[in-house]
Amino acid sequence: MIEVKGLHKSFGDAHILKGISTSFSKGKTNLIIGQSGSGKTVFIKCLLGLFDYEEGSISYDGKIFSQLTEDEKRNLRAEIGMVFQGSALFDSMTIAENVMFPLQMFTKMSKVEMEERADFVLKRVNLPDAHKKMPSEASGGMQKRVAIARAIVNNPKYLFCDEPNSGLDPNTAIVIDNLIQEITDEYQITTVINSHDMNSVMEIGEKIVFLKDGLKAWEGSKETIFKTDNKIVTDFVYSSNLFKKVRRMYIEENS
Amino acid sequence: MSYIHNIGAYFLMIAEMFRKPTKWSVMKTLILKDIDDLIIGSLGIIAFISFFVGGVITIQTALNIDNPLIPKYLVGFATRQSVILEFAPTFTSIIMAGKVGSFITSSIGTMRVTEQIDALEVMGINSLNYLVFPKTIALLLYPFAIAIGMFLGILGGMAACVFGGYSTLADYIIGIQTDFDTFHIFYAFIKTFVFAFILATIPSFHGYYMKGGALEVGKASTTAFVWTSVAIILLNYILTDMMLG
Repeated sequence: MIEVKGLHKSFGDAHILKGISTSFSKGKTNLIIGQSGSGKTVFIKCLLGLFDYEEGSISYDGKIFSQLTEDEKRNLRAEIGMVFQGSALFDSMTIAENVMFPLQMFTKMSKVEMEERADFVLKRVNLPDAHKKMPSEASGGMQKRVAIARAIVNNPKYLFCDEPNSGLDPNTAIVIDNLIQEITDEYQITTVINSHDMNSVMEIGEKIVFLKDGLKAWEGSKETIFKTDNKIVTDFVYSSNLFKKVRRMYIEENS
Repeated sequence: MSYIHNIGAYFLMIAEMFRKPTKWSVMKTLILKDIDDLIIGSLGIIAFISFFVGGVITIQTALNIDNPLIPKYLVGFATRQSVILEFAPTFTSIIMAGKVGSFITSSIGTMRVTEQIDALEVMGINSLNYLVFPKTIALLLYPFAIAIGMFLGILGGMAACVFGGYSTLADYIIGIQTDFDTFHIFYAFIKTFVFAFILATIPSFHGYYMKGGALEVGKASTTAFVWTSVAIILLNYILTDMMLG
Protein backbone atom coordinates (compact mmCIF):
# COMPACT_ATOMS: atom_id res chain seq x y z
CA MET A 1 0.00 0.00 0.00
CA ILE A 2 1.19 3.50 -0.83
CA GLU A 3 0.00 6.39 1.32
CA VAL A 4 0.40 10.05 0.42
CA LYS A 5 -0.24 12.82 2.95
CA GLY A 6 -0.41 16.55 2.23
CA LEU A 7 1.98 16.56 -0.74
CA HIS A 8 3.16 19.98 -1.92
CA LYS A 9 5.46 20.56 -4.88
CA SER A 10 6.49 23.82 -6.55
CA PHE A 11 8.75 24.81 -9.43
CA GLY A 12 9.85 28.35 -8.68
CA ASP A 13 6.69 30.38 -8.24
CA ALA A 14 4.47 27.74 -9.82
CA HIS A 15 2.72 25.71 -7.09
CA ILE A 16 1.98 22.43 -8.90
CA LEU A 17 0.77 20.08 -6.14
CA LYS A 18 -1.23 21.75 -3.37
CA GLY A 19 -1.52 19.27 -0.55
CA ILE A 20 -2.63 15.96 -2.09
CA SER A 21 -3.55 13.11 0.27
CA THR A 22 -4.64 9.69 -0.92
CA SER A 23 -3.74 6.01 -0.74
CA PHE A 24 -3.21 3.23 -3.30
CA SER A 25 -4.12 -0.31 -2.28
CA LYS A 26 -2.28 -3.55 -2.96
CA GLY A 27 -3.66 -5.77 -5.73
CA LYS A 28 -5.67 -2.94 -7.27
CA THR A 29 -5.27 -0.82 -10.37
CA ASN A 30 -5.25 2.74 -9.08
CA LEU A 31 -5.74 5.46 -11.68
CA ILE A 32 -4.71 9.08 -11.45
CA ILE A 33 -6.71 11.11 -13.96
CA GLY A 34 -7.03 14.78 -14.81
CA GLN A 35 -6.56 17.32 -17.56
CA SER A 36 -3.20 18.08 -19.08
CA GLY A 37 -1.32 20.34 -16.66
CA SER A 38 -3.26 19.14 -13.62
CA GLY A 39 -0.10 17.81 -11.99
CA LYS A 40 -0.44 14.06 -12.74
CA THR A 41 3.08 13.52 -14.04
CA VAL A 42 4.64 15.66 -11.30
CA PHE A 43 2.64 13.65 -8.73
CA ILE A 44 3.81 10.30 -10.10
CA LYS A 45 7.43 11.54 -10.30
CA CYS A 46 7.20 12.62 -6.65
CA LEU A 47 5.90 9.15 -5.77
CA LEU A 48 8.89 7.62 -7.56
CA GLY A 49 11.36 9.93 -5.84
CA LEU A 50 12.40 11.54 -9.12
CA PHE A 51 11.27 14.94 -7.78
CA ASP A 52 11.82 16.25 -4.27
CA TYR A 53 8.81 17.87 -2.64
CA GLU A 54 8.50 20.68 -0.09
CA GLU A 55 5.86 19.30 2.27
CA GLY A 56 4.01 16.08 2.99
CA SER A 57 4.97 12.44 3.12
CA ILE A 58 4.89 9.34 0.93
CA SER A 59 5.03 5.92 2.56
CA TYR A 60 5.47 2.51 0.98
CA ASP A 61 3.94 -0.16 3.23
CA GLY A 62 4.56 2.06 6.27
CA LYS A 63 8.12 3.10 5.28
CA ILE A 64 8.27 6.87 4.83
CA PHE A 65 10.31 7.44 1.67
CA SER A 66 12.00 10.70 2.73
CA GLN A 67 13.23 9.11 5.98
CA LEU A 68 14.94 6.16 4.27
CA THR A 69 18.71 6.02 3.91
CA GLU A 70 20.19 5.99 0.39
CA ASP A 71 20.69 2.22 0.59
CA GLU A 72 17.11 1.68 1.79
CA LYS A 73 15.82 3.88 -1.03
CA ARG A 74 17.87 1.86 -3.49
CA ASN A 75 16.44 -1.40 -2.13
CA LEU A 76 12.92 0.01 -2.29
CA ARG A 77 13.43 1.15 -5.88
CA ALA A 78 14.47 -2.37 -6.82
CA GLU A 79 10.89 -3.34 -5.83
CA ILE A 80 9.37 -0.75 -8.16
CA GLY A 81 8.54 -1.35 -11.83
CA MET A 82 7.85 1.60 -14.09
CA VAL A 83 6.32 1.85 -17.55
CA PHE A 84 7.15 5.24 -19.03
CA GLN A 85 4.98 7.17 -21.45
CA GLY A 86 7.51 6.72 -24.24
CA SER A 87 8.46 3.19 -23.02
CA ALA A 88 12.05 4.36 -22.24
CA LEU A 89 13.61 1.17 -23.57
CA PHE A 90 17.39 1.23 -23.80
CA ASP A 91 17.91 1.58 -27.53
CA SER A 92 21.42 0.11 -27.51
CA MET A 93 20.06 -3.23 -26.22
CA THR A 94 17.88 -5.91 -27.80
CA ILE A 95 14.41 -6.51 -26.40
CA ALA A 96 15.62 -9.54 -24.42
CA GLU A 97 18.56 -7.54 -23.00
CA ASN A 98 16.17 -4.76 -22.00
CA VAL A 99 13.99 -7.24 -20.12
CA MET A 100 16.99 -8.92 -18.45
CA PHE A 101 18.50 -5.59 -17.39
CA PRO A 102 16.89 -5.36 -13.89
CA LEU A 103 17.90 -8.99 -13.26
CA GLN A 104 21.51 -8.24 -14.24
CA MET A 105 21.58 -5.26 -11.90
CA PHE A 106 19.79 -6.64 -8.84
CA THR A 107 20.03 -10.42 -8.79
CA LYS A 108 22.73 -13.05 -8.78
CA MET A 109 20.99 -15.15 -11.43
CA SER A 110 23.09 -16.99 -13.98
CA LYS A 111 22.78 -16.01 -17.65
CA VAL A 112 20.65 -19.10 -18.34
CA GLU A 113 18.30 -18.29 -15.46
CA MET A 114 17.96 -14.69 -16.64
CA GLU A 115 17.20 -15.85 -20.18
CA GLU A 116 14.55 -18.25 -18.88
CA ARG A 117 12.93 -15.52 -16.79
CA ALA A 118 13.00 -13.04 -19.71
CA ASP A 119 11.51 -15.74 -21.93
CA PHE A 120 8.72 -16.29 -19.40
CA VAL A 121 7.75 -12.63 -19.03
CA LEU A 122 7.97 -11.96 -22.76
CA LYS A 123 5.55 -14.84 -23.31
CA ARG A 124 3.37 -13.38 -20.53
CA VAL A 125 3.07 -10.11 -22.46
CA ASN A 126 2.42 -12.03 -25.71
CA LEU A 127 5.82 -11.38 -27.30
CA PRO A 128 7.27 -14.88 -27.57
CA ASP A 129 9.43 -14.20 -30.65
CA ALA A 130 10.70 -10.67 -30.15
CA HIS A 131 13.88 -11.42 -28.15
CA LYS A 132 16.47 -10.44 -30.73
CA LYS A 133 14.74 -7.35 -32.13
CA MET A 134 16.00 -3.89 -31.30
CA PRO A 135 13.46 -1.49 -29.74
CA SER A 136 13.55 0.64 -32.90
CA GLU A 137 12.28 -2.38 -34.87
CA ALA A 138 9.23 -2.81 -32.61
CA SER A 139 5.84 -1.08 -32.99
CA GLY A 140 4.50 1.28 -30.31
CA GLY A 141 2.29 -1.45 -28.84
CA MET A 142 5.17 -3.93 -28.77
CA GLN A 143 7.43 -1.37 -27.08
CA LYS A 144 4.80 -0.83 -24.38
CA ARG A 145 4.55 -4.58 -23.81
CA VAL A 146 8.34 -4.87 -23.59
CA ALA A 147 8.31 -2.00 -21.07
CA ILE A 148 5.70 -3.90 -19.02
CA ALA A 149 7.80 -7.07 -19.26
CA ARG A 150 10.89 -5.16 -18.04
CA ALA A 151 8.86 -3.60 -15.24
CA ILE A 152 7.56 -6.95 -13.92
CA VAL A 153 10.59 -9.18 -14.57
CA ASN A 154 12.01 -8.72 -11.07
CA ASN A 155 8.64 -9.37 -9.34
CA PRO A 156 8.01 -5.79 -8.21
CA LYS A 157 5.70 -4.93 -5.33
CA TYR A 158 4.73 -1.63 -6.95
CA LEU A 159 4.04 -0.91 -10.62
CA PHE A 160 3.78 2.62 -11.99
CA CYS A 161 2.56 3.38 -15.50
CA ASP A 162 2.69 6.87 -17.01
CA GLU A 163 0.09 7.14 -19.78
CA PRO A 164 0.53 3.52 -20.92
CA ASN A 165 -1.99 3.99 -23.75
CA SER A 166 -0.72 7.19 -25.27
CA GLY A 167 -0.14 6.90 -29.01
CA LEU A 168 -1.77 3.48 -29.29
CA ASP A 169 -4.78 2.48 -31.37
CA PRO A 170 -7.95 1.57 -29.39
CA ASN A 171 -7.52 -2.19 -29.76
CA THR A 172 -3.91 -2.19 -28.60
CA ALA A 173 -4.81 0.20 -25.77
CA ILE A 174 -7.40 -2.29 -24.48
CA VAL A 175 -4.86 -5.13 -24.73
CA ILE A 176 -2.37 -3.08 -22.66
CA ASP A 177 -5.06 -2.14 -20.08
CA ASN A 178 -6.16 -5.74 -19.67
CA LEU A 179 -2.56 -6.91 -19.43
CA ILE A 180 -1.81 -4.45 -16.63
CA GLN A 181 -4.94 -5.47 -14.74
CA GLU A 182 -4.24 -9.20 -15.14
CA ILE A 183 -0.66 -8.75 -13.93
CA THR A 184 -1.86 -6.65 -10.97
CA ASP A 185 -4.31 -9.39 -9.94
CA GLU A 186 -1.92 -12.25 -10.63
CA TYR A 187 1.06 -10.89 -8.68
CA GLN A 188 -0.90 -8.74 -6.18
CA ILE A 189 1.04 -5.61 -7.11
CA THR A 190 0.15 -2.08 -6.03
CA THR A 191 -0.38 -0.53 -9.47
CA VAL A 192 -0.62 3.22 -10.04
CA ILE A 193 -1.53 4.40 -13.54
CA ASN A 194 -1.40 7.97 -14.74
CA SER A 195 -3.94 8.34 -17.55
CA HIS A 196 -6.41 10.56 -19.30
CA ASP A 197 -7.83 7.74 -21.39
CA MET A 198 -11.50 7.38 -20.42
CA ASN A 199 -11.64 3.83 -21.75
CA SER A 200 -9.01 2.89 -19.15
CA VAL A 201 -11.04 4.61 -16.45
CA MET A 202 -14.13 2.58 -17.32
CA GLU A 203 -12.27 -0.69 -17.86
CA ILE A 204 -9.70 -0.99 -15.09
CA GLY A 205 -10.22 1.90 -12.62
CA GLU A 206 -10.62 0.02 -9.36
CA LYS A 207 -9.63 3.23 -7.62
CA ILE A 208 -9.65 6.61 -9.34
CA VAL A 209 -8.09 9.83 -8.08
CA PHE A 210 -9.07 12.93 -10.04
CA LEU A 211 -6.63 15.85 -9.95
CA LYS A 212 -7.45 19.40 -10.93
CA ASP A 213 -5.09 22.35 -10.64
CA GLY A 214 -2.83 20.44 -8.25
CA LEU A 215 -5.63 19.43 -5.89
CA LYS A 216 -7.45 16.15 -5.41
CA ALA A 217 -10.91 17.05 -6.73
CA TRP A 218 -12.50 13.62 -6.38
CA GLU A 219 -11.74 10.02 -5.47
CA GLY A 220 -13.76 6.88 -6.15
CA SER A 221 -13.99 3.83 -8.43
CA LYS A 222 -15.22 3.00 -11.95
CA GLU A 223 -18.61 2.18 -10.42
CA THR A 224 -19.00 5.38 -8.40
CA ILE A 225 -17.74 7.63 -11.22
CA PHE A 226 -21.01 6.86 -13.07
CA LYS A 227 -23.05 8.10 -10.11
CA THR A 228 -21.07 11.11 -9.00
CA ASP A 229 -22.65 14.55 -9.16
CA ASN A 230 -19.29 16.28 -8.85
CA LYS A 231 -19.46 18.74 -11.76
CA ILE A 232 -15.69 19.03 -12.16
CA VAL A 233 -15.45 15.25 -12.66
CA THR A 234 -18.49 14.88 -14.90
CA ASP A 235 -17.41 17.80 -17.09
CA PHE A 236 -14.06 16.07 -17.66
CA VAL A 237 -15.05 12.40 -17.84
CA TYR A 238 -18.29 12.83 -19.76
CA SER A 239 -17.14 15.54 -22.11
CA SER A 240 -17.84 13.36 -25.19
CA ASN A 241 -21.38 12.47 -26.32
CA LEU A 242 -20.44 8.79 -26.35
CA PHE A 243 -19.54 8.76 -22.67
CA LYS A 244 -22.62 10.84 -21.80
CA LYS A 245 -24.70 8.14 -23.47
CA VAL A 246 -22.84 5.34 -21.70
CA ARG A 247 -23.40 7.03 -18.35
CA ARG A 248 -27.13 7.51 -19.05
CA MET A 249 -27.48 3.83 -19.99
CA TYR A 250 -25.56 2.71 -16.89
CA ILE A 251 -27.79 4.78 -14.61
CA GLU A 252 -30.96 3.51 -16.34
CA GLU A 253 -29.80 -0.12 -16.06
CA ASN A 254 -28.90 0.22 -12.38
CA SER A 255 -31.79 2.37 -11.19
CA MET B 1 25.90 33.62 -12.27
CA SER B 2 24.81 30.61 -14.30
CA TYR B 3 28.48 29.92 -15.17
CA ILE B 4 29.32 29.60 -11.47
CA HIS B 5 26.27 27.41 -10.94
CA ASN B 6 27.31 25.17 -13.84
CA ILE B 7 30.90 24.86 -12.60
CA GLY B 8 29.57 23.84 -9.16
CA ALA B 9 27.12 21.39 -10.72
CA TYR B 10 29.96 19.92 -12.83
CA PHE B 11 32.09 19.16 -9.75
CA LEU B 12 29.06 17.73 -7.90
CA MET B 13 28.45 15.50 -10.92
CA ILE B 14 32.02 14.21 -10.73
CA ALA B 15 31.64 13.47 -6.99
CA GLU B 16 28.31 11.71 -7.61
CA MET B 17 29.86 9.66 -10.42
CA PHE B 18 31.99 7.75 -7.88
CA ARG B 19 29.10 6.95 -5.50
CA LYS B 20 26.99 3.75 -5.54
CA PRO B 21 29.08 1.86 -8.11
CA THR B 22 27.38 -0.36 -10.67
CA LYS B 23 27.95 -4.13 -10.44
CA TRP B 24 31.38 -4.99 -11.84
CA SER B 25 30.02 -7.62 -14.24
CA VAL B 26 27.86 -4.92 -15.88
CA MET B 27 30.46 -2.15 -15.60
CA LYS B 28 33.08 -4.32 -17.33
CA THR B 29 30.85 -4.67 -20.39
CA LEU B 30 30.12 -0.93 -20.43
CA ILE B 31 33.82 -0.05 -20.25
CA LEU B 32 34.69 -2.43 -23.10
CA LYS B 33 31.87 -1.00 -25.22
CA ASP B 34 33.03 2.56 -24.53
CA ILE B 35 36.64 1.64 -25.37
CA ASP B 36 35.35 0.37 -28.70
CA ASP B 37 33.15 3.45 -29.33
CA LEU B 38 35.48 6.16 -28.06
CA ILE B 39 39.03 4.87 -28.59
CA ILE B 40 39.05 2.17 -31.25
CA GLY B 41 36.44 4.09 -33.24
CA SER B 42 38.65 7.20 -33.22
CA LEU B 43 41.92 5.56 -34.27
CA GLY B 44 41.21 5.96 -37.99
CA ILE B 45 40.64 9.70 -37.87
CA ILE B 46 43.57 10.22 -35.45
CA ALA B 47 45.88 8.25 -37.74
CA PHE B 48 44.71 10.08 -40.88
CA ILE B 49 45.00 13.57 -39.41
CA SER B 50 48.29 12.88 -37.61
CA PHE B 51 50.01 11.52 -40.71
CA PHE B 52 49.06 14.41 -42.95
CA VAL B 53 49.51 17.19 -40.39
CA GLY B 54 52.96 15.74 -39.61
CA GLY B 55 53.69 16.01 -43.34
CA VAL B 56 52.44 19.60 -43.50
CA ILE B 57 54.57 20.64 -40.48
CA THR B 58 57.62 19.22 -42.24
CA ILE B 59 56.87 20.99 -45.52
CA GLN B 60 56.16 24.31 -43.79
CA THR B 61 59.36 24.07 -41.74
CA ALA B 62 61.48 23.09 -44.73
CA LEU B 63 60.08 25.90 -46.88
CA ASN B 64 60.79 28.49 -44.19
CA ILE B 65 64.40 27.50 -43.76
CA ASP B 66 66.25 29.23 -46.57
CA ASN B 67 69.42 30.12 -44.67
CA PRO B 68 72.20 27.69 -45.75
CA LEU B 69 73.78 27.97 -42.29
CA ILE B 70 70.78 26.26 -40.68
CA PRO B 71 71.31 22.49 -40.75
CA LYS B 72 68.82 20.37 -42.74
CA TYR B 73 68.20 18.05 -39.81
CA LEU B 74 66.32 20.92 -38.15
CA VAL B 75 63.27 19.90 -40.23
CA GLY B 76 63.06 16.57 -38.36
CA PHE B 77 63.77 18.25 -35.03
CA ALA B 78 60.99 20.85 -35.53
CA THR B 79 58.51 18.22 -36.67
CA ARG B 80 59.25 16.02 -33.64
CA GLN B 81 58.91 18.90 -31.18
CA SER B 82 55.71 20.22 -32.78
CA VAL B 83 54.05 16.82 -32.95
CA ILE B 84 55.01 15.60 -29.46
CA LEU B 85 54.56 18.83 -27.53
CA GLU B 86 51.47 20.32 -29.09
CA PHE B 87 49.98 18.72 -32.14
CA ALA B 88 49.36 15.20 -30.85
CA PRO B 89 48.12 15.99 -27.32
CA THR B 90 46.35 19.32 -27.84
CA PHE B 91 45.31 19.67 -31.46
CA THR B 92 44.07 16.07 -31.60
CA SER B 93 42.11 16.61 -28.36
CA ILE B 94 40.32 19.59 -29.91
CA ILE B 95 39.35 17.37 -32.84
CA MET B 96 38.25 14.65 -30.40
CA ALA B 97 36.11 17.23 -28.56
CA GLY B 98 34.14 17.40 -31.81
CA LYS B 99 34.04 13.68 -32.55
CA VAL B 100 33.95 11.94 -29.16
CA GLY B 101 32.45 14.90 -27.26
CA SER B 102 29.44 15.35 -29.49
CA PHE B 103 28.89 11.57 -29.54
CA ILE B 104 28.86 11.49 -25.72
CA THR B 105 26.58 14.54 -25.39
CA SER B 106 24.10 13.40 -28.00
CA SER B 107 23.92 9.80 -26.74
CA ILE B 108 23.40 10.82 -23.09
CA GLY B 109 21.13 13.73 -24.11
CA THR B 110 18.94 11.40 -26.17
CA MET B 111 18.70 9.09 -23.16
CA ARG B 112 17.56 12.09 -21.10
CA VAL B 113 14.93 13.12 -23.67
CA THR B 114 13.55 9.60 -24.03
CA GLU B 115 13.36 9.10 -20.22
CA GLN B 116 15.97 6.30 -20.28
CA ILE B 117 17.91 8.11 -17.53
CA ASP B 118 14.70 8.38 -15.46
CA ALA B 119 14.23 4.63 -16.01
CA LEU B 120 17.71 3.98 -14.56
CA GLU B 121 17.01 6.24 -11.57
CA VAL B 122 13.64 4.61 -10.85
CA MET B 123 15.39 1.24 -10.79
CA GLY B 124 17.70 2.58 -8.08
CA ILE B 125 20.76 2.75 -10.34
CA ASN B 126 23.21 5.64 -9.99
CA SER B 127 22.81 6.84 -13.56
CA LEU B 128 25.92 9.04 -13.42
CA ASN B 129 28.04 6.09 -12.38
CA TYR B 130 26.39 3.89 -15.00
CA LEU B 131 26.77 6.40 -17.87
CA VAL B 132 29.78 8.63 -17.18
CA PHE B 133 32.17 6.45 -15.16
CA PRO B 134 32.76 3.84 -17.92
CA LYS B 135 33.46 6.63 -20.44
CA THR B 136 35.99 8.17 -18.05
CA ILE B 137 37.73 4.81 -17.57
CA ALA B 138 37.63 4.04 -21.31
CA LEU B 139 39.30 7.37 -22.07
CA LEU B 140 42.22 6.43 -19.82
CA LEU B 141 43.36 4.61 -22.96
CA TYR B 142 43.32 7.90 -24.84
CA PRO B 143 47.10 8.40 -24.35
CA PHE B 144 47.54 5.13 -26.26
CA ALA B 145 45.72 6.69 -29.24
CA ILE B 146 47.77 9.85 -28.88
CA ALA B 147 51.00 7.80 -28.87
CA ILE B 148 49.92 6.33 -32.21
CA GLY B 149 49.20 9.89 -33.37
CA MET B 150 52.71 10.99 -32.35
CA PHE B 151 54.31 8.09 -34.20
CA LEU B 152 52.26 8.63 -37.34
CA GLY B 153 52.80 12.40 -37.24
CA ILE B 154 56.56 11.91 -37.26
CA LEU B 155 56.22 9.19 -39.90
CA GLY B 156 54.08 11.50 -42.07
CA GLY B 157 56.74 14.18 -41.69
CA MET B 158 59.38 11.71 -42.78
CA ALA B 159 57.37 10.66 -45.84
CA ALA B 160 56.80 14.28 -46.86
CA CYS B 161 60.43 15.11 -46.28
CA VAL B 162 61.87 12.24 -48.28
CA PHE B 163 59.29 11.97 -51.08
CA GLY B 164 58.99 15.77 -51.39
CA GLY B 165 62.73 16.13 -51.62
CA TYR B 166 63.00 18.64 -48.76
CA SER B 167 65.74 16.73 -46.96
CA THR B 168 67.37 13.32 -46.86
CA LEU B 169 66.12 10.43 -44.73
CA ALA B 170 69.40 10.45 -42.79
CA ASP B 171 69.05 14.17 -41.95
CA TYR B 172 65.45 13.69 -40.86
CA ILE B 173 66.38 10.79 -38.57
CA ILE B 174 69.25 12.78 -37.07
CA GLY B 175 66.77 15.63 -36.52
CA ILE B 176 64.22 13.52 -34.66
CA GLN B 177 67.00 12.16 -32.41
CA THR B 178 68.64 15.51 -31.66
CA ASP B 179 68.32 16.86 -28.09
CA PHE B 180 65.61 14.36 -27.26
CA ASP B 181 64.24 14.96 -23.76
CA THR B 182 62.10 12.18 -22.28
CA PHE B 183 60.44 14.72 -19.99
CA HIS B 184 58.67 16.08 -23.07
CA ILE B 185 56.98 12.71 -23.55
CA PHE B 186 56.02 12.67 -19.86
CA TYR B 187 54.65 16.23 -20.21
CA ALA B 188 52.65 15.27 -23.30
CA PHE B 189 51.10 12.25 -21.61
CA ILE B 190 50.23 14.17 -18.42
CA LYS B 191 48.40 16.68 -20.63
CA THR B 192 46.70 13.85 -22.49
CA PHE B 193 45.39 12.26 -19.26
CA VAL B 194 43.94 15.60 -18.16
CA PHE B 195 42.37 16.18 -21.58
CA ALA B 196 40.94 12.64 -21.55
CA PHE B 197 39.15 13.39 -18.28
CA ILE B 198 37.83 16.66 -19.75
CA LEU B 199 36.72 14.86 -22.93
CA ALA B 200 34.71 12.35 -20.90
CA THR B 201 33.15 14.62 -18.30
CA ILE B 202 32.27 17.98 -19.90
CA PRO B 203 30.25 16.46 -22.79
CA SER B 204 28.61 14.07 -20.31
CA PHE B 205 27.65 17.03 -18.12
CA HIS B 206 26.00 18.83 -21.04
CA GLY B 207 24.14 15.69 -22.13
CA TYR B 208 23.06 14.62 -18.65
CA TYR B 209 21.66 17.97 -17.51
CA MET B 210 20.09 19.05 -20.80
CA LYS B 211 16.40 19.92 -20.88
CA GLY B 212 14.02 19.87 -23.83
CA GLY B 213 13.77 17.79 -26.98
CA ALA B 214 15.72 16.77 -30.07
CA LEU B 215 16.63 20.35 -30.99
CA GLU B 216 18.16 20.90 -27.56
CA VAL B 217 20.24 17.71 -27.94
CA GLY B 218 21.87 19.35 -30.98
CA LYS B 219 22.38 22.61 -29.10
CA ALA B 220 23.85 20.76 -26.11
CA SER B 221 26.33 18.98 -28.42
CA THR B 222 27.50 22.32 -29.84
CA THR B 223 27.78 23.88 -26.37
CA ALA B 224 29.69 20.84 -25.13
CA PHE B 225 32.17 21.12 -28.01
CA VAL B 226 32.76 24.82 -27.30
CA TRP B 227 33.28 24.36 -23.54
CA THR B 228 35.41 21.24 -23.95
CA SER B 229 37.66 23.12 -26.39
CA VAL B 230 37.86 26.15 -24.06
CA ALA B 231 38.76 23.91 -21.11
CA ILE B 232 41.43 22.09 -23.15
CA ILE B 233 43.02 25.35 -24.35
CA LEU B 234 43.04 26.87 -20.84
CA LEU B 235 44.39 23.73 -19.18
CA ASN B 236 46.99 23.42 -21.93
CA TYR B 237 48.27 26.88 -21.04
CA ILE B 238 48.24 26.19 -17.28
CA LEU B 239 49.95 22.79 -17.58
CA THR B 240 52.57 24.09 -20.00
CA ASP B 241 53.37 26.99 -17.69
CA MET B 242 53.54 24.65 -14.68
CA MET B 243 55.63 21.92 -16.30
CA LEU B 244 57.82 23.71 -18.83
CA GLY B 245 57.68 27.34 -17.71
